[in-house]
Amino acid sequence: MNDWLLRVRNLTKIYGEPDGGTIDRTGPRASTNICSQTGAIVACADISFDLYPGEVLGVVGESGSGKSTLVQLLYFDQEATAGEVLLQAVEEGNANLLTLSGQRKRYLRNHLLGMVYQNPRDGLNLNFSAGGNIAEKLIMAGQMHVGKMRERSLHLLAQTEVPTQRMDQTPRTFSGGMQQRVQISKAIANNPPLLFLDEVTSGLDVSVQAKVLDMIRQLQADLGISMIVVSHDLGVIRMLTDRTIVLKHGRIVETGLTDQILQDPQHPYTQLLVSSLL
Amino acid sequence: MGYVAVKGGEDAIANAAQLVEFYRLRGQTAPIEVQQIRTQMRLLVDKVMGEGSLYAPEHAALALKQMEGDVFEAAFLLRAYRATLSRRYYSDVISTRDMLVKRRISSAFRDIPGGQILGPTRDYTQRLFDPAVAEETARTSAQFVDQFASETGPGQPTQRFGKVIDLLSAQGLMRKDARDDSDRRVVDITRDAVKYPAPRSAVLQSLARAETGALMCLGYSTMRGFAAGGHGTVGELRMGDVEVRVTDPNGRKRYIGRLTVTECEMVSPAPPSKKREESVPYLAIGYGLCFGHNETKVICMGMLDSSLRQPNDANPANSQEFTIYHSEGVESYGFTNHLKLPHYVTFQSGLDNLRDSMQRADEIRKRASVGQPEAGVAGAIKS
Amino acid sequence: MIENTRLQTSYNFGFIDESTKKEIRRKLLKAVAIPGYQVPYSSPEMPIARGWGTGGLHVTLSLIQKQDLLKVIDQGSDASVNACSIRQFVQRMTGCEVTTDTAAATLIQTRHRIPEEILTEKQILVFQVPQPEVLRPVERLENRTRQMHAEADYARMWVSLYESFVRYGSLMRGAGYPVKVNGRYLMSPSPIPRWDVPNLSHAKCLYLFGAGREKRIYAVPPHTLVEPLEFEDVRFRVEDWGGLNCSYSGQGDAFLDEIYDAAGVRKFVVNDSNFLDKLRTGEPRPPQRLFRESQ
Repeated sequence: MNDWLLRVRNLTKIYGEPDGGTIDRTGPRASTNICSQTGAIVACADISFDLYPGEVLGVVGESGSGKSTLVQLLYFDQEATAGEVLLQAVEEGNANLLTLSGQRKRYLRNHLLGMVYQNPRDGLNLNFSAGGNIAEKLIMAGQMHVGKMRERSLHLLAQTEVPTQRMDQTPRTFSGGMQQRVQISKAIANNPPLLFLDEVTSGLDVSVQAKVLDMIRQLQADLGISMIVVSHDLGVIRMLTDRTIVLKHGRIVETGLTDQILQDPQHPYTQLLVSSLL
Repeated sequence: MGYVAVKGGEDAIANAAQLVEFYRLRGQTAPIEVQQIRTQMRLLVDKVMGEGSLYAPEHAALALKQMEGDVFEAAFLLRAYRATLSRRYYSDVISTRDMLVKRRISSAFRDIPGGQILGPTRDYTQRLFDPAVAEETARTSAQFVDQFASETGPGQPTQRFGKVIDLLSAQGLMRKDARDDSDRRVVDITRDAVKYPAPRSAVLQSLARAETGALMCLGYSTMRGFAAGGHGTVGELRMGDVEVRVTDPNGRKRYIGRLTVTECEMVSPAPPSKKREESVPYLAIGYGLCFGHNETKVICMGMLDSSLRQPNDANPANSQEFTIYHSEGVESYGFTNHLKLPHYVTFQSGLDNLRDSMQRADEIRKRASVGQPEAGVAGAIKS
Repeated sequence: MIENTRLQTSYNFGFIDESTKKEIRRKLLKAVAIPGYQVPYSSPEMPIARGWGTGGLHVTLSLIQKQDLLKVIDQGSDASVNACSIRQFVQRMTGCEVTTDTAAATLIQTRHRIPEEILTEKQILVFQVPQPEVLRPVERLENRTRQMHAEADYARMWVSLYESFVRYGSLMRGAGYPVKVNGRYLMSPSPIPRWDVPNLSHAKCLYLFGAGREKRIYAVPPHTLVEPLEFEDVRFRVEDWGGLNCSYSGQGDAFLDEIYDAAGVRKFVVNDSNFLDKLRTGEPRPPQRLFRESQ
C-alpha cells in the first residue's frame, strides 16, 4: 500500500561511542538507556511506523523515553545515527530524507513540515513581531507580497484565537498560552502536510491547556493536517490522536488505536500509564 | 625553598622593592624630568588623569615616572592619592557651551556654523616612523616652535561655538523628553557604593573614570552587533578648556581655574519609549566627557551611554553591571592581579578532591579488569 | 640580546610587499569570479587606522600602476580630510598622478558614494567598506552568517525589512541597503545612499569592495544584475528631496547635502564635489544614470 504520508524505519539515535552490543544492552528489558560497557546513551532505537494523510499519531512516554528525540530527528533538529525516513511527497517516497543535503532538508522544513516546540522561545524569534514570525515562514516558502502575508497572518492569528491587534507586537510580552498560539500559527502558515507538536501544552496552566488543545483539534479537523503529537500526558493523547505509540527507554513497547490502548492496554508499562490517568 | 616562613616575608618584599627600583635606574641614563613627561607625553598624562579621576597633570606625570610607564599603576597611584585629599567643594556645573575650543568636529553634517575645526590631531597622518623624531635636540625643537609661532601669530585662539545639537533641536529632530529624564538624581560614586539599576549620574561618573581600553572594547562591541543601541553618529566632538567655579561659604561664585576636557555628543535614534507606541525614531544624545584630551574614551562613553539605556543583561554593553564593574580600571587591575597572591589553601582542597576521584576511578578500573560487573558508576549516572 | 636600531625609511612601490600584493590579487580574482561573495584575505596593518580605509587601500595599492590616474573621495568630496590623507599616502608610495576629474580617473577610491557621472569600462571603483557582512544586523556571529550565505538562508534579512516597513512605513534601512547580486548572494554595497544603489546593476565599470578591519574583499563585475531587496508590493525607493535644488548650482537630480551656513540657515548642496564643479562651470551636464520609481 502506497497511501502512507510518512514512513519511518529503524530510526535510531545514539550519543557517545556504541559497540555492537550497545543496542541489546539497552531498552525496556534492560531498564536503561545507557550501555553498561561503553557509556553510550541510546536515546531511541529501531523506531518504525507509518503515518497516513489526515491522521494524528500520538507518541507517549515519560522523560527519557525518546519521544522528543524522535520528532527532533524527523524535523532535522538533530542528526540520526541510523534509519530511514520517507515522505510520499519527496521522490514518491523513495528518498531517505536523513541522507539529504543540509539545503534540501531546509527546503523540506520550509515547505512540507511544521514544528511547535514546548518552549515558544525555540520556535519563535522574539526580536520580531508576531506577524513577522509568521512572515518568516511565508518568506521561506517563497511568498514576497507584504499585503498578502499580512492578510494570511491575520487569518492565522484569528484561527488560533490571538487578538489580531497584537500582530505587530513582539511575542516577548505575550502570555505563555498566547506565545504557543503564535507558534502554532507560524507552524501551519504555509499549509504543511505534516505537523509535529512536542509537549506543546506542558508549560501552560491547566485551564489554558484545555483551550489550546481544543483549538488544535479544531484546526486539525478544518485543515486535515497529519500530526505527530508528543506528550507524557495521556489526557492530551486521548483528546487529539487516532493512533498511538508508547515509548519506553527509547523503544516502542506498544502501538495501536488510541481508544483501544486506553481501554485495553497490553504492555505492563502502558497499563501503568493508563491506570494513573485521571 | 622549603616552606614559607613569616620572617622571610618582610625581607623578601623589601628586597623586591629595591630590585624593581634598580630596574628603573640601572640603565644610568639621564633622569627623566617630570616636565618632559608632562609636555612631551601629554596624551599619556591625560589618560592617567582621566582614569585616576584627579585633574593634576604634574602628579600624573610623576606617577608615570615612578611606575616606569605602567599606566595601570600610575592611575592607581593617582586614585589612592585622591582618596587622601580633603574635599572642600563641589564645583558649579561646567558649561561646555562656553568652552574655549581647540578642536571641534561634527560627523553629522558637512558644514556647521563656525566650521569644522580640526585642531591638533594625528587622525589624518600616516603611521609611519619619522626618523627626525629620533634625532631631535633642544635646538631643533626650539626652531620648530619659533617658526610655528611666527607663522600663526601670538596668543591662543579663543573661540566659542554653538552646539550642533542645538541645530538639531531647532529642527524638532531631538526626542522631546530628552531633557526631562525622570532619573536626574545626582549621586557621588566616591561617597556611596553604586547600587543597580544605577541613576544616569552614577553611570556617567563611572564611565568618565573608566579604563579607556575597556570602554573601547565595549563600545566596539556595540558597533559589531553585540548590543542594542550604541553605534550612532558623532553629533559633535570638542576638546578645549572650560572654566571651573565654586560657590564659597558666603555664597559668592569664585573662579578657581581652567581644565582641559574632551566632550562628545553622539546622536542616534532613541528606542521607542515603553509609555507610548511612538513610531518616529527621534534622536537622543549619548554623552561622553572626560579630563584631558582623550577622544576614544568620550566617543565610547557616548555609545555606552546610549546602549546602557536599553537594558539587557545578555549583552555586555547593554548591561549596567557588566559595563560599570568591568571597566573600572583600578578594581579590575587589582583583582586580576590578585591571583598572584598565595592561594594554596583553596588549591590544596582542590588537589584533595582530585586525588579522591583518581583513586575511585582506579578502583573501578581494577574491578572491571578482574571481570566484575559494575553497578557503581552507571547506577550513579542513571539516578 | 636581540637589538636592532636601524630604521627602514624606503618603501616598496605601493607600500605593500609583493607577495602580499599577489595574495590580494588572487583574492580579487576570486571575488570577481563569484559576484557578491565575501572572500577572506590577509588584510595586513597599514599606517592608516582600521575603519579609516585600510581595505580600500589594500585593493588600490594592489592594483595601481605608475600610469594610473587616481581619484580619492570621501562622502563625495575630493577635499574631505581623510580623502586628502589617503591620496597623499598613495602618491607618496607610488609617485602616480592624481585628479579630481571623475571622467579622467582610471582608479577611484571612494568612501560611501558612487560618483554621479557615469563610469566607463576603463575605470575601477574601489569602495571602503566598514561592515562587509550584510547579515550582521540580524545575526552577530560570523560562523553563522557564513553558513547562511552558503545555504542561501536569507529569510531573517527579509523579515527585518518587513518589520522595518511595519514599524516605519518604508523599507528604511539606515546605511548599506542590502542587494542581491547575480541572483545569488546578498551583499552590502557599503553605506552608500539609496540614490546610488541602482547604479551597481549592469554597470560598465568594475566595482571592488575592501573591508580591511573585517578582512573581506568582494566584487561586482561589469554587466552584473544587482537588485535591491524589495517586496512585490513594497518597492525600493531612492531619496527624495521634494524638488529641492542645489543652492550653489541651481540644479537638482543629484544627491544633496544638508548644510548650515554661518548664520545657521539650512541649505542643500550637490554632494559630489567634482560634479558640482562641472555644473557651476556652465559646461553641458555630465552624463548620469538616473532611476525613476517605474524602473
